Amino acid sequence: MKNINRLFKKGLALLPLSMVLLLSGCNSELAVLDPKGPVAQTQKDLILYSVYFMLFIVVVVFAAFTYMVVKYRENRPGRKETDYDPHMHGNNKIEVIWTVIPFIIVIALSIPTVDTLFQLEKPPEVEANEEEQEPLVIHATTADWKWFFSYPEENIETVNYLHIPTDRPIEFKLSSADAMTALWIPRLGGQKYNMAGMMNTHYLEADEEGVYKGRNSNFNGEGFTKQTFEVYAESPEEYDQWVSETQDQAPELTQERYDELLAPGLTEEHEFSSTHLAWVNHGNPEGMDYAINRHFEKYGELMHLESHQDAEDFMDEENNDDHESDRDH
Amino acid sequence: MSSHELKTGPLEYRTEEGRLSILGFWIFLGAEIVLFATLFATYAVLFGRTADAPSPGELFEAKTVLIMTFMLLTSSFTCGIAIHEMRRGSVKGLRNWMIVTLILGLGFLGFEIYEFVHYSHEGATLQSSAYWSSFFTLAGTHGLHVTLGIGWVILLLIQLTQRGLTPKTSRKFFVIGLYWHFLDVVWIFIFTSVYLIGMVV
Amino acid sequence: MQLDEFFVTGEPLIYAGMVSIALVTISMLFFLTYYKKWGWLWREWLTTVDHKKIGIMYILSALAMLFRGGVDAMMMRTQLAFPNMNFLNAQHYDEIFTTHGTVMIIFMAMPFLIGLMNFVVPLQIGARDVAFPYLNALSFWSFLFGAMLFNISFVIGGSPDAGWTSYTPLAGAAMSPGPGQNFYLLGLQLSGIGTLATGINFMVTILKMRAPKMRMFQMPIFTWSTLITSFIIVFAFPILTVALALMTLDRIFGAQFFTLTGEGMPMMWANLFWMWGHPEVYIVILPAFGIFSEVISAFARKQLFGYKAMVWAIILIAGLSFLVWVHHFFTMGAGAFVNSVFSISTMLIAVPTGVKIFNWLGTLYKSKINNTVAMMWALAFIPSFVIGGVTGVMLGMASADYQFHNTYFLVAHFHYVLIAGTVFACFSGLVFWYPKMFGHKLNERLGKWSFWFFVIGFHVCFFPQYFVGLDGMPRRVFTIIPEWMPLNIISTVGAFGMGVGFAIFVFAILYSYRYSEREKTGDSWDNGRTLEWATPTPVPFYNFATLPHIDSQDAYVKLKQEGKTTFEEDEVEPIHMPSNTGQPFIMMAFMFVSGFGLVFEWMWMAIGGLLAVLVMMIIRSFDYDEGFHVEVDEIKRTERSARRL
Ligand code: HEM
Ligand SMILES: [Cu+2]
Ligand SMILES: [Cu+2]
Repeated sequence: MKNINRLFKKGLALLPLSMVLLLSGCNSELAVLDPKGPVAQTQKDLILYSVYFMLFIVVVVFAAFTYMVVKYRENRPGRKETDYDPHMHGNNKIEVIWTVIPFIIVIALSIPTVDTLFQLEKPPEVEANEEEQEPLVIHATTADWKWFFSYPEENIETVNYLHIPTDRPIEFKLSSADAMTALWIPRLGGQKYNMAGMMNTHYLEADEEGVYKGRNSNFNGEGFTKQTFEVYAESPEEYDQWVSETQDQAPELTQERYDELLAPGLTEEHEFSSTHLAWVNHGNPEGMDYAINRHFEKYGELMHLESHQDAEDFMDEENNDDHESDRDH
Repeated sequence: MSSHELKTGPLEYRTEEGRLSILGFWIFLGAEIVLFATLFATYAVLFGRTADAPSPGELFEAKTVLIMTFMLLTSSFTCGIAIHEMRRGSVKGLRNWMIVTLILGLGFLGFEIYEFVHYSHEGATLQSSAYWSSFFTLAGTHGLHVTLGIGWVILLLIQLTQRGLTPKTSRKFFVIGLYWHFLDVVWIFIFTSVYLIGMVV
Repeated sequence: MQLDEFFVTGEPLIYAGMVSIALVTISMLFFLTYYKKWGWLWREWLTTVDHKKIGIMYILSALAMLFRGGVDAMMMRTQLAFPNMNFLNAQHYDEIFTTHGTVMIIFMAMPFLIGLMNFVVPLQIGARDVAFPYLNALSFWSFLFGAMLFNISFVIGGSPDAGWTSYTPLAGAAMSPGPGQNFYLLGLQLSGIGTLATGINFMVTILKMRAPKMRMFQMPIFTWSTLITSFIIVFAFPILTVALALMTLDRIFGAQFFTLTGEGMPMMWANLFWMWGHPEVYIVILPAFGIFSEVISAFARKQLFGYKAMVWAIILIAGLSFLVWVHHFFTMGAGAFVNSVFSISTMLIAVPTGVKIFNWLGTLYKSKINNTVAMMWALAFIPSFVIGGVTGVMLGMASADYQFHNTYFLVAHFHYVLIAGTVFACFSGLVFWYPKMFGHKLNERLGKWSFWFFVIGFHVCFFPQYFVGLDGMPRRVFTIIPEWMPLNIISTVGAFGMGVGFAIFVFAILYSYRYSEREKTGDSWDNGRTLEWATPTPVPFYNFATLPHIDSQDAYVKLKQEGKTTFEEDEVEPIHMPSNTGQPFIMMAFMFVSGFGLVFEWMWMAIGGLLAVLVMMIIRSFDYDEGFHVEVDEIKRTERSARRL
């Protein structure tokens, strides 16, 4: 037991060290610490800034703790009589010190927190060598358990994936057709909620080309785990080309088709050359009950979703529906 | 648990049990304040969300509400007199004033039920909209408290007849007195922040 | 309703659960009948109003709930160990994390602590029971029946699946039809009533029933933390009561509070829930702080360092805990200003928390640390909790929280505070006060094994979760992607380590019951500092034959010096005690019936049950039972034999 005891204490002392190692070692791998845009970069900087303070606290406390536990063990060989003072009841000076220092740390953490909070409410600032661009507006709407991305100016809409140009702020307009969800693309920045009947604005930006994972990060029922999407960040030229291709080639989104897609369930990727904003905006109070009025019965049904399944596994029945509706128009 | 009984002071405070119960009841009222505060906050947040149902201004009637307010305020006053009579040691005074309180409370309830039925005929029910849900819940919770209070007073009146004034019965009356005044205070808030504002806006 | 809709069907795991529940029930019934224990059960336990027995029943139920929640946890960790695991499907996983969270917070952590408070606090302040013993029994039965109502959802009707936070509109009638969510609402409502009553009860007890002359600033620190916790309960629980009632009205009576229709406002739920929910997390940590303070000062054989500062820190934390609820949804988009305010208020909590940590270290300074199992749990708490605390501060920085929120980083944080805080405290306190409760100690050797398995397992389980959270793994996903696998495997291994630790703990209880030496004195650890150790073991039902006058902190230390006891023969007077009664049990059983009816929307049953409850209340109102007196002779006899005089 004694040996384990000692081992454990060493282990404890190693914990903060391992934290540093893990943090620095995994820097390039952990999504949040691998930013691909200014928002995520700001947040990473803030996180690392705070980690230094936390490590300082952890080191101080662990050191003091180890010292006390080792030194004042009752049966430590070589204990001295003066090592025991049962009547000590406090010490004002030291108590003031260890109140004031944490307080100062809190202030040191508050300042950049508040500063970044206000920054994140606006489009990311442009770097010196770049020209200022209007943010690209994308409505990101969720419905059990899928994502609709509507580009009002381009008049296109995608399901479960989106394309964005690099180095241009994206102004997401977040809303939900039913349960509360959250848009999260860790490499581009933190999350924000999508809610029915109200609209949240969320700025993100990519400054590197690539394909990034995005997802709903707020639990909303059976299909939650699979409610993911991919972000294709590409050069403005490629992006423009994708837009015009979609405008030319994708089918138009009819209300009927949209209502079908809205029904609870999983769906593959789709693209359309018009947006559902033409008839409903779930971010307005009037759009709040749109989905529930149409699919009330379906919300209670189970998919019996298992881990290896994804949208394709649920497409059979829906494909049949698709064909029928395709025949209609 | 000491059972020492003091020989002076108000009857309800003479036993340790009485003192503990009364303090406990005060704390309970503290919890009740939080409960009603939450309901008021909910009401305030949902104010104006009437959807397709009529707005409160269309339905609230100043006359009914004023009568209700008058009845409940008076009942609080008569309840106070009852407790005063109890302190004087008058079983009869306590009983009679409590009965007056009871009748006023019943009258209040009658009007509230009439009011609720009336609103529902006009298309405003618990189900019609967020606003009306919160209205019926807030006013209804108060009404439910009044109902329970009335039942409680009846039980106590029976016990009073059986046992007369003892430290225990007087403690019980004292406590329900607190409860009744509390409901009165809550009603004043409902009257002003629900009815008056609802009628004006 | 068809029978196959009533019972949950089609799942091997659930069938297994049903069978084991049936077997346990039958064997319990059999043993009770065979050994003719029914009368004993009724007289000694079901009708008791003794705070000590009620405390023990709380603790035993909490251990059972810890087992249930723990099994849930193992199942989740198994499912998450590898990508594409097919142990649980999405729906089952959702149900299990929902019941796990709810059971652990509401039916494990709180009852465990309330159990310890029940047993310890009256003894610490020199009271013969709590202020309202009848109400105390009522609280316990409301908790137990509430817990049962929640737990039967496993086999009857289906479990809730919207998370312990039950956010609307997901948890509303439209998106979560069926009885599952109703079980959550009514189970919590029922047990919440009891918790509120407990809060009132302990406030009055501590404010009014302290031993002669004991001043507030001489109370043991665990009593202090109980008092402050009671304040939080009284001011926070009514909010939960309302929130649950509103959702119940929504789901069962068609109201429109949190709905997507009728201009309802779903996000109001999140606000109400966390206005209760954040104070709630402090309800389960402050008593834990109290326990650690007691254990540390007992086994460091030293007065608590900075007693006054400790008390003020608790009060400050309690006050602040009502001002930070928005930090649970910084991402709702309330704007930079609101988030700034709540960020700062959140981080401020770390200051008094830090003060407490340093004061514990100060207590260890120049002490004589005796490494018993109780002390080891308390020592392990300090560094572990610090990790939970600093990551809490990181979460409190709203703009960083946008990246942490709803990820495994958050999961790691709250397990670091809840397990290293609350669970360690429950174990520490149980081991510490065990001899007072049961007349023998828990086996120390087994205790150490259980400790090491549990503590190491805990760190192995939850430390990696900070990193997998930073790697983008959200909470509540039922399956992982390959990138997250290595850390998840480690985590699962750790979880099973904790499982082994818990199993050894339970085994230690059985083993010690059989083999431990019986206690001979009341001061089991030879270093008791507070009044509970002044009583003989087993504690007589009236606790104190005579009440000592208290004029210092650590009252028992002083008594020992002065050679005084709580049995001064010539001062013994008859003691007034409350009578046992079956009413609380019966009343809450009817409440259970009513709640069950409401879950299935069988109004006849709901109303019938409620009427029966009203009848019970009327009976209670007419019940003028004055209790009874324990005569001087009996007290002397009891004390002499208990003290081996
Ligand atoms: C230093 C003190 C603490 C700070 C600054 C702090 C901060 C936070 C913050 C900001 C969150 C929300 C994070 C998010 O949802 O993104 C959170 C969540 C949580 N905290 Fe703490 N915390 C502290 C201590 C505690 C303690 C002592 C407990 C309980 C024993 C606790 C239990 C929880 C729980 C259960 C959650 C998650 C609830 C959920 O979403 O299910 N925290 N904490
Ligand atoms: Cu909202
Ligand atoms: Cu919180």
